[in-house]
Amino acid sequence: MSPQEILERLTSKFPDPAFGIEAKLDAQVDPFIKVSPQHIIEIAQFLRDDDELQFDFLSSLSGIDLKGKLGVVYHLFSIAKRHKITLRVEVPTDAAEVQSVESIWKTANWHEREAFDLFGIRFAGHPDMRRILLPYDWEGYPLRKDYQVPEFYNGMRVPY
Amino acid sequence: MSEIVTTPPTSSTGRTLRTEEMILNMGPQHPATHGVLRLELVVDGEIVVDVIPHIGYLHRCFEKHCEHMTNYQQVIPYTDRMDYVASMTNEFGFVVAAERLLKIQVPERVEYIRVIMAELQRIASHLIAIGTYGIDIGAFTPFLYCFRDREKILDLFEMTCGARLLYNYMWVGGLSHDIPPDFIPKAKEFCAYFKPNIKELNDLLTYNEIFVKRTANVGVLPADVAINYGCSGPMLRGSGVDWDLRRDDPYSIYNKFAWDVCVGKGEMGTVGDCWDRHIVRAREMEQSIRIIEQALEQIPEGNVQAALPKRIRPNPGEVYARIESPRGELGYYIVSDGSATPYRIKARSPAFSNLSVINEISKGAMIADMVAIAGSIDIVLGEVDR
Amino acid sequence: MGLLDRQFDSSNIVVTSLDNLLNWARLSSLWQMQFGLACCAIEMMAASASNFDMMRFGVIPRATPRQCDVMIVSGTVTLKMASRIKRLYDQMAEPRYVISMGSCSNCGGPYWEHGYHVLKGVDRVIPVDVYVPGCPPRPEALLEGLIKLQEKVRHETLAKKR
Repeated sequence: MSPQEILERLTSKFPDPAFGIEAKLDAQVDPFIKVSPQHIIEIAQFLRDDDELQFDFLSSLSGIDLKGKLGVVYHLFSIAKRHKITLRVEVPTDAAEVQSVESIWKTANWHEREAFDLFGIRFAGHPDMRRILLPYDWEGYPLRKDYQVPEFYNGMRVPY
Repeated sequence: MSEIVTTPPTSSTGRTLRTEEMILNMGPQHPATHGVLRLELVVDGEIVVDVIPHIGYLHRCFEKHCEHMTNYQQVIPYTDRMDYVASMTNEFGFVVAAERLLKIQVPERVEYIRVIMAELQRIASHLIAIGTYGIDIGAFTPFLYCFRDREKILDLFEMTCGARLLYNYMWVGGLSHDIPPDFIPKAKEFCAYFKPNIKELNDLLTYNEIFVKRTANVGVLPADVAINYGCSGPMLRGSGVDWDLRRDDPYSIYNKFAWDVCVGKGEMGTVGDCWDRHIVRAREMEQSIRIIEQALEQIPEGNVQAALPKRIRPNPGEVYARIESPRGELGYYIVSDGSATPYRIKARSPAFSNLSVINEISKGAMIADMVAIAGSIDIVLGEVDR
Repeated sequence: MGLLDRQFDSSNIVVTSLDNLLNWARLSSLWQMQFGLACCAIEMMAASASNFDMMRFGVIPRATPRQCDVMIVSGTVTLKMASRIKRLYDQMAEPRYVISMGSCSNCGGPYWEHGYHVLKGVDRVIPVDVYVPGCPPRPEALLEGLIKLQEKVRHETLAKKR
């Protein structure tokens, strides 16, 4: 299915504007569909379980700092149907909370922990929201654009 | 047969002893964790109840570095260092993504050379995977055989770009320079030399009775679990899923060659066990040789650099491109804001997702099997932690 | 026994200084900690495999720090790993030596500027005897580093503290 058809199927299933489905399908970018962070789990459930769509493979889940906002980008593929789509949610930096899709794709478990670790995006409903790459006592979220590298960590000097 | 009466264990004083779960720490310095992985094993006697992986001991801030580079070419050395066992394929993934973002076509000769290099790299990487897996199981000789053959591939790389391990050879829009004139005969010589060695390696290790006993029916990963956890590469194919990005989401010129996707069939035990993952790697080496031989025959003459401005400034936009690295789906998500510096680069590393399934497949295994399971996943910590 | 074979049939006595004897024993059996960190670990493996054969120098990989004489810090040391490296070093028995292999463990390497989680040189947590430059150093360079370490051991003396 083409991104346009997937979008049509999504909007016919979720016509309510609360779901915030908004498409960016212009040629400059890889097409992506923006959805509401409060409803990502229902949309994800539909995308995986619908017979026409069958998005069974969450390829990648990335955080992104959009300066003032934080985003989460989901790259979905279907091994059965061989089509793909990109979803994106955006949340304000000071209240960065997105619903977790861990219950739908287990891939999201570690990827969401990584997004939490590096961007400070909290995922509601995640069973194990700990840091994954950085030490547990690390402060700050390094991939945010305004991150300041600490002078010392546990008595070790960090800058060169 | 008399009935066995089980009583709780008692100490010499007659006091009843408790049995309780024990936590066993494996790594980050452990010879079988292939780097600095730490596994926290909750064990009930000899049986593993739960595995909690701790990663990040090699987190080298790849994504932060990308955002600080002054242009796209400077990212390439860092991609090299991400998966240091398969640098060529890592570069390949990045340049494919960047070229898709820039919407440029590279000359055909470049595509051929890239495919040859990527497939040679796949063999080298699988040789390390198989060799170190042999060590994990207790066989040292295959390791020496594998490294002997791998050095031959490194010699080919070295004569091309001067480096043994981290190449910085594929650039956005082409290659750093052309292959030397005697590369093609040397590569053909290597193919002829290596083909019988695969059989030798299989006789020595793959069909070895002890090896089969240690790996068959161990760490069984069902296909649906593998897909749900985002496993890819030999891990997914070992579970019987016929899925290879080189064929199913074609990039570069892989559709020009005849080759087969290898899948695990459960020949020695259950589909998706450690032995299946191992045999997929061993058979993929044969297929890589097939691709290399065809590419060496067909390679055209031509330029190795597409016409590009000195400072690359892609239009604002984003792209996600993925390739089949030796470990699976290696994806790069690049966001450009129109400047010469990438705004955000995320590397979706195959080993990261493959490793996350370890808890699922090792419950109920023996402690000694943990080594077999961890080895069969073929992780490279540089790529898990980035 | 090679050179010494049947040379001492009548007397069985070799005269040497205690320093020389100890140093000779130490430098010819520098057991190495089997412990890889990053890219350089692959070159370290290559150095101990067939083509380069590090074992001819008496360098045998051991899996536990308590049996090791030399720790080859092969790759990037991150802040999370640094405390573990310190602990491993503390567990080694004296005399112990450290080879810092590759630019990353020498000074942070390519990660020196923006690596917020990279320790800029392993010598900030443990003392280093030999630095091997390169990113990654070739196996030959690692062997050269080992020979340099052997030279260092050869000139040690019991009279002076290391």
